[in-house]
Amino acid sequence: MDMVQSDERSILTRAGLDALIGTLAARGYRVVGPKLRDQAIIYDDIAGVGDLPAGWTDEQDGGHYRLEQRDDNALFGYAVGPHSWKKYLHPPRLQLWSAKREETGFSISHEPETIPPFAFIGVRACEIQAIAIQDRVFLEGPHVDPHYQVRRAGAFIVAVNCGKAGGTCFCVSMGTGPCAKSGFDIALTELLPGTSEPIYVAEAGSEKGAEILSSLPGRAAQPAEIEAAEAVVTHTAAAMGRSLETAGIRDLLMSNLNHPRWDDVAERCLACANCTMVCPTCFCTSVEDASDLSGEEASRSRRWDSCFTMDFSFIHGGSVRASTKSRYRQWMTHKLATWIDQFDTSGCVGCGRCITWCPVGIDLTEEARAIRDAPAQEAKP
Amino acid sequence: MAAMPKPKLAVWKFSSCDGCQLTLLDCEDELLAVAGAVEIAYFPEATRGVVKGPYDVSLVEGSITTAHDAERIRAVRKQSKAVITIGACATAGGIQALRNFADVAAFTAIVYARPDFISTLATSTPIAAHVPVDFELRGCPIDKRQLIEVLSAFLAGRQPVTPAHSTCVDCKLAGNVCVMVAHGTPCLGPVTHAGCGALCPTYNRGCYGCFGPMESPNAKSLSARLSALGMDERALSRVYRTFNAAAKPFADEAERHGA
Repeated sequence: MDMVQSDERSILTRAGLDALIGTLAARGYRVVGPKLRDQAIIYDDIAGVGDLPAGWTDEQDGGHYRLEQRDDNALFGYAVGPHSWKKYLHPPRLQLWSAKREETGFSISHEPETIPPFAFIGVRACEIQAIAIQDRVFLEGPHVDPHYQVRRAGAFIVAVNCGKAGGTCFCVSMGTGPCAKSGFDIALTELLPGTSEPIYVAEAGSEKGAEILSSLPGRAAQPAEIEAAEAVVTHTAAAMGRSLETAGIRDLLMSNLNHPRWDDVAERCLACANCTMVCPTCFCTSVEDASDLSGEEASRSRRWDSCFTMDFSFIHGGSVRASTKSRYRQWMTHKLATWIDQFDTSGCVGCGRCITWCPVGIDLTEEARAIRDAPAQEAKP
Repeated sequence: MAAMPKPKLAVWKFSSCDGCQLTLLDCEDELLAVAGAVEIAYFPEATRGVVKGPYDVSLVEGSITTAHDAERIRAVRKQSKAVITIGACATAGGIQALRNFADVAAFTAIVYARPDFISTLATSTPIAAHVPVDFELRGCPIDKRQLIEVLSAFLAGRQPVTPAHSTCVDCKLAGNVCVMVAHGTPCLGPVTHAGCGALCPTYNRGCYGCFGPMESPNAKSLSARLSALGMDERALSRVYRTFNAAAKPFADEAERHGA
């Protein structure tokens, strides 16, 4: 995305935000944003600001998520929920091709996908980093994933700088938030001036963003408003629910592969795979073939898979990682250590989803801390 | 190419409620395709017409609870090229396996006016405890999409896609909000074999474990969480004692809580 060399900030009201959503929809974007459903804030199609979870926040801890009413009308007064943008850019299930039997042989159809461009409203800084990580995985290696590419290509990103740190957030430790620095078209900071309606300090991060922003009803931001917006993220950064010491973490984990803590966490781990499903960077899939009863049609699909399933490491003779211990260790060492070797970045953005949505509340920051606090004396192989 | 004869399908019932074999009739949209792909040779629930064996594939519902059944399943095996067991009764002994943990003679004395007329085994056991089984399809009842998948895979000579991972995976693929984390609703999803498409959590209910234990269940850890959510020891012993009570990981966990 081209950065607009401009420090200009403008102010949008709730009506201005509604106009932004309307403008994006009118330009052919599929507008997706936060919404209330089943007592959580999830991502879904939205038609206007009326769909956003005004006045709601969340309380999060290991294995615990509850909505709570705020005493204001904030539209973005919560941390991230169970969904991530991954579900749009890297869908949970996707048919890759289908085939039909013909008189002689068969024909394969894999039509190029036509996907209307996405406009994501309310993308947090950690989520922008998660998208950047998946960009690296799917677009920047030797094998470009065409399905991710077609979904990612036209995506318009409206970031929101976090006004509230969640109970399991640790983006400050991972250096990914709570303020979006790049990778967005427009970034918003929500200001809650007392009893009046919230206003939004808006900043363009691309030419497209600047152009759309200039078409919206708004006004230039006052210096005090810009200062207030900076204070919002400073305050959020100081209120992180969790922290993770990342210094030397790759070597720490890789030199403690037989640490007793792995046995300890395996006692608690359900190997249910929830952590990997909610993780915004976990990208693994499994390919499945289907054929119909008549044997006339067949298809191949892929779906999210997880290093926590037995099938995932199944080769001739059985699963390579048969124990829960080996699967948890694989996940955490990949996420925090070998990801760095593979993709030159940590696989963790500090969003805290794996902690909140673990049914038994396993906390990777706590697991890493336990190893750091009592590293095993291990001879290097 | 001359038309190949269609594979002959038989459907057998042992101790069960018929719900699983009715799933075959419930395949309304696909039923014609099923009838087109196989010859339904023996299926008393659907037709009185009987085509004699041997059969290419036998779907077997129900558990073994009598000496007569234990004989009969051997006869079924003998005349079937492939035996596919369907449902919790056939794969784990079903809810009637609760008898395995109790005194059947005492039950029959209470329930029947003439208990001496009752000839039954002390246990309810899965089909695989008696004869070799080619494939086990889980569920109480089985899922109709999975049944079609198993039949389609059988016809194509490929492995059916019926993953043994947790129900949580399917729940997350569906985009559901976790009922345990977000609502505090007790849920067996993390220890339960996928297959239903996370039916109950999709409707904001906890999972009841109808598909039995997943591939590597950690019921002990889940129980600690369920206990923190307010389940007492009696409730914990009972939550694992339903349709798959005799499946070992569930039986062991129920026992740990005093069942």
